[in-house]
Amino acid sequence: MRARAMNNKIKDSAFERIFDVVNVILLIVVMLAILLPVLHILFASFSDPVEVMREKGFLLRPIGFTLDSYKSVAKNPNIISGYTNTLFIVAVGTVLNIFLTLLAAYVISRKDFMWATFITILIIITMYFDGGIIPFYLTVKTVKLDGSIWALIIPSAINTFNLIIMRTAMVCVPESMSESAKIDGAGHFRILFSIMVPLVKSTIAVLTLYYAVSHWNSWFNAMIFLRDRKLYPLQLILREILIQGDTTMMTAGSGEDIALIGETIKYATIVVATVPVLCVYPFLQRYFVKGVLIGAVKG
Amino acid sequence: MENIAKKKSVATTGRNNHKQTFLTRLKKDFNKNKGLYLLALPVLAYYLIFKYGPMFGVSIAFKDFTPGKGFIESNWVGLKHFKAFFTDYYFTRVIKNTLIISLGNLLFSFPAPIMLALLVNELKNRKYSRLVQTITYLPHFISTVVLCSMIIQLTMKEGAINQMISVFGFQPVTMLNQPKLFVPIYIISNIWQNTGWNSIIYLAALTAIDPELYTAAKIDGANRFRQLIHITLPGLLPTVIIMFILQIGKMFNVGHEKILLLYNELTYETAEVISTYVYKKGLLQFNWSYSAAVGLFNSIVSFALVYTTNRISKATNDTSLW
Repeated sequence: MRARAMNNKIKDSAFERIFDVVNVILLIVVMLAILLPVLHILFASFSDPVEVMREKGFLLRPIGFTLDSYKSVAKNPNIISGYTNTLFIVAVGTVLNIFLTLLAAYVISRKDFMWATFITILIIITMYFDGGIIPFYLTVKTVKLDGSIWALIIPSAINTFNLIIMRTAMVCVPESMSESAKIDGAGHFRILFSIMVPLVKSTIAVLTLYYAVSHWNSWFNAMIFLRDRKLYPLQLILREILIQGDTTMMTAGSGEDIALIGETIKYATIVVATVPVLCVYPFLQRYFVKGVLIGAVKG
Repeated sequence: MENIAKKKSVATTGRNNHKQTFLTRLKKDFNKNKGLYLLALPVLAYYLIFKYGPMFGVSIAFKDFTPGKGFIESNWVGLKHFKAFFTDYYFTRVIKNTLIISLGNLLFSFPAPIMLALLVNELKNRKYSRLVQTITYLPHFISTVVLCSMIIQLTMKEGAINQMISVFGFQPVTMLNQPKLFVPIYIISNIWQNTGWNSIIYLAALTAIDPELYTAAKIDGANRFRQLIHITLPGLLPTVIIMFILQIGKMFNVGHEKILLLYNELTYETAEVISTYVYKKGLLQFNWSYSAAVGLFNSIVSFALVYTTNRISKATNDTSLW
């Protein structure tokens, strides 16, 4: 009996060791599958275009190191104006997002406010029904925002899902905190900004990231609402260069060379447009993950 | 002074009567929460204009909308646009493509993060597990435009993937021009971008499983595989079901952004979905009412789906969204 049990145990531990090894190897494969395409683009952006074409498969290092593609990217006025516009949209848009989300969450989390439930229902309904892009487009046009950079900021001023996250955070603040401030004569505006805000600041941090990333990534609204190219955000400029393949602004020279360097310019453009986000991300990972979790508890 | 006294008396009589009229309640609440009314104003304005505005704007699906006449003046035409859509040559194509992409996502993109979470959960080395998480979350932060351009670069005729498979004797082709390759490219890139990020929620569910269950199982002589089957998977099931319901609810909502960036005339037959069709009909061809009708049809079907799956799940195993 005992011998058999021992035998089983040995078998189990051998099984477990194999399991662990296989697991580690599998996850290495997963990581490689994610990193190789990313590194390929990074290395290709530093490489000689002719050499890149000859290479079979993913690049594991730059070949024929050159910074030519980056020089062409730096000369492109569209990328610079795109960056400026995007930074404006991200900065102003996110401030407005957070301000209005705070207001909305505060209003609907007041238990003694007669309209709190009504407004909450009004808001929740919009999570399940929406008009779709055509009525949305026509609405923005009706209020005369189209053609202006504010069309990318005001119509997306509150994300209802984020609002619900903020509301949850505020509901968790003990009522005695705001009660005592009220007795001291503080108005709602004061209570919100000097008592609530410091108490929900980690949620504010999470939502700031979410709003900022969504502004940074968005291009569709810019495409349908903007007509003046000077207002285009970075992603829309990227779409012109990368998807529609317009690198003519950046290449000088002739014939085949243009076509070839065009490709490495694209790689360099991708790098220039993505590196800021990817550099910031590991430091903020914790907050992003936290956001998913609060969202999940509620959602 | 007099005013305040009057209000006070209204308030006290209201309390005495127990049944206050709506107006007195409103007055009382307004006096108490003046600040809140002010704070609520911009919020209400936003929701009414930008959320309810489009909702009422959907009425153009039942009208012949022309920008000249506006929302209100345009003529009512009943279900004309819906009938036109149901008999549209492209009707079956867009519905079929939408469902194929959704099913592909359900079959392949949906289980991937569950499997990743299970693997990461079995890692003993915390540093290694942190590294795996950081790297697998990374693609989530690549914007749609950049992701699509990466796909284009890697799958073009001279791209890395073609060069790689040419070693095995395949003819290099521009993969995004092949109708039969569109859906696989779309789904594989989805898996590549979202698996890590979507695994967060499952990892959280896994850490919530009571560790004592594992200790007890070990004492009973269950090996890791049996622990996986009898403890981990059942512990994960409620989360999986909720995510599954959400996914089913999205069956008819294949987003337009990625497809608009990836498709072209050559791949319309497999790539055109409802949302891109709405975009094309409305914003490119200015058939406002027609495309609003298609969009509305889409929302109604979606809502019905979420509602039904939720009911089924509630009835069968007590896990539901609301």
